[in-house]
Amino acid sequence: MKITYLVLLFIVLSIVSLFVGVSSISPLEVFSMTEEQAHIFLTSRIPRLVSIIIAGVGMSICGLIMQQLTRNKFVSPTTAGTLDSARLGILVSMILFASASPLHKMIIAFLFALAGTFIFMKILERIKFKNTIFIPLVGLMFGNIVGSITTFFAYRYDLIQNMSSWLQGNFAVIIRGRYELLYISIPLLILAYIFANRFTIAGMGEEFSKNLGLKYKQVVNIGLVIVAAITSVVVLTVGMIPFLGLIIPNIVTIYKGDNLRENLPHTALLGAVFVLACDILGRIIIYPYEIPIGLTVGVIGSGIFLYLLLGRAKHGF
Amino acid sequence: MGSKTKIYLLIVLAFTLVTLFLFIDLNNWEYALPRRGTKILAIIITGAAIAFSTVIFQTITNNRILTPSIIGLDSLYMLIQTFLIFSFGSTSVLVLNKHVNFGISVIVMVIFAGILYRALFKKGGQNIFFLLLVGIVLGTLFGSLSTFMQVIIDPNEFLSVQNRMFASFNNVNTDLLWLSLLLFGMICLYYFKFNKYLDVLSLGREHAINLGVDYDYVIKRLLVIIAMMISIATALVGPITFLGLLVANVAYEFMKTYKHSYIIVASIFISIIALVGGQLIVERIFSFATPLSVIVNFVGGVYFLYLLLKESKKW
Repeated sequence: MKITYLVLLFIVLSIVSLFVGVSSISPLEVFSMTEEQAHIFLTSRIPRLVSIIIAGVGMSICGLIMQQLTRNKFVSPTTAGTLDSARLGILVSMILFASASPLHKMIIAFLFALAGTFIFMKILERIKFKNTIFIPLVGLMFGNIVGSITTFFAYRYDLIQNMSSWLQGNFAVIIRGRYELLYISIPLLILAYIFANRFTIAGMGEEFSKNLGLKYKQVVNIGLVIVAAITSVVVLTVGMIPFLGLIIPNIVTIYKGDNLRENLPHTALLGAVFVLACDILGRIIIYPYEIPIGLTVGVIGSGIFLYLLLGRAKHGF
Repeated sequence: MGSKTKIYLLIVLAFTLVTLFLFIDLNNWEYALPRRGTKILAIIITGAAIAFSTVIFQTITNNRILTPSIIGLDSLYMLIQTFLIFSFGSTSVLVLNKHVNFGISVIVMVIFAGILYRALFKKGGQNIFFLLLVGIVLGTLFGSLSTFMQVIIDPNEFLSVQNRMFASFNNVNTDLLWLSLLLFGMICLYYFKFNKYLDVLSLGREHAINLGVDYDYVIKRLLVIIAMMISIATALVGPITFLGLLVANVAYEFMKTYKHSYIIVASIFISIIALVGGQLIVERIFSFATPLSVIVNFVGGVYFLYLLLKESKKW
């Protein structure tokens, strides 16, 4: 997995993604597009590409940071109770602001997700955790509580199916006016890169990082806020995509070790390439129809990851 | 409070709730009592099995946020059910006959676990981290396949799938209950051989080996025990592993000890209390208008956070 190959693959797949679709636009026509072609290009193809890349990059990097901070390979970025708070937000916007536009609903849900993360961190602060296991544990329990409140009301108003369809990964619905919230995550991703070394040190434990002169609590908090914000934005606009937050960071660390700064580009690229490839395949296989991204990711991803994992096992660990 | 007192407290509480559940508003003895009896027995069996296997699983993996569902048994169960309904229809013998369905589910899940363990331990990796990653990947694969079938299935048939997506104690077959009880009894007897190793295993692989435990041998046997327990419990009432995470952690925080002889007993009784209490609330207060998991997750989660916060105040 040389980084140059990943970069090349990434560029090729991005270009392919722009030119695959029902209405044909060939790469040669880019500079001489008819009005209709330009319209499709700007309202559908480009937003789709952007959202695929941000989702792939964002979720896998969040997973990596979260696993580093909690020193636990099985923590996914949704473990901090973010997703459950966002779901509660969706529910509230569905019940109270039924007529609001999708973007407004997303913003409401995003605010809920931030508020949820804030409460989660207040709880963590008061607990004075002696052990990093308490970060994901408190997150899971907090998520459970918020989740049960959501399910309770969703059950009452018969909204369970509606909510689960909202959160199902789907790039087909991405058009201009529905995905702009995703841009929030770009500055956050840059921030994540700047803080990468500090996250690596924080991952060595509280005492160790304090000895090295790191403000442990502050770094952990920044990491959690970055993860929460990116996760909720991605999940709200695109939906949940399996594997990204958990398996991709793990595969990269199996090959590359635990230096976060070095792993970040690999993880980001692998995440983006993976989603791009699956999305393109899903659009081609039963052309002109589409297979939902959740299925292609689930099936193709399982195959690839099993091969990587088992192939690795042969050479010993 | 000593550990023993706490255990007695839990036993008394569990017993009170069970009695309450059996005898509250009891008008028609012959009709209601056997039904409630079956239900309570199902709750006790599955609750105990889930709590027990989750505690062992967390010890083996040294990770307190995991439940056995991570190796994909829950999603496999859903895949089996969806596949049966998808290919043979919801009126087929394979779906309607509970004995056949139970048999198929348990056998497929146990075989799957066996193949998974075999393949991974044979490769020489002998690494639990690895087993879990492969389990997650397979679990996601099963999940996507069942979602795919659920999307293209006939809507009427889907209702029959949906019924199996949530654990329910309202409709448990009595014969299967006795069969499961027997199986559980046998697994428990087998487990007692390994009971003494658990405290050592919780120190981690290296320490356990240094202290003279035949690590791989014991781990393999324990994993098989877990897979059997989870398969039977899931086939009996549906996917219910969410409970394990909650009760195991509440048990650790409540007991404040790492001795497995206490933790396992405590988690079993906490699990029974949670399920019986939750079922009571669902039936009596909400008159079935909400799933059991909502109550259990809410109350259990709040209680867990309360235990953590209370502890930090003393400092």
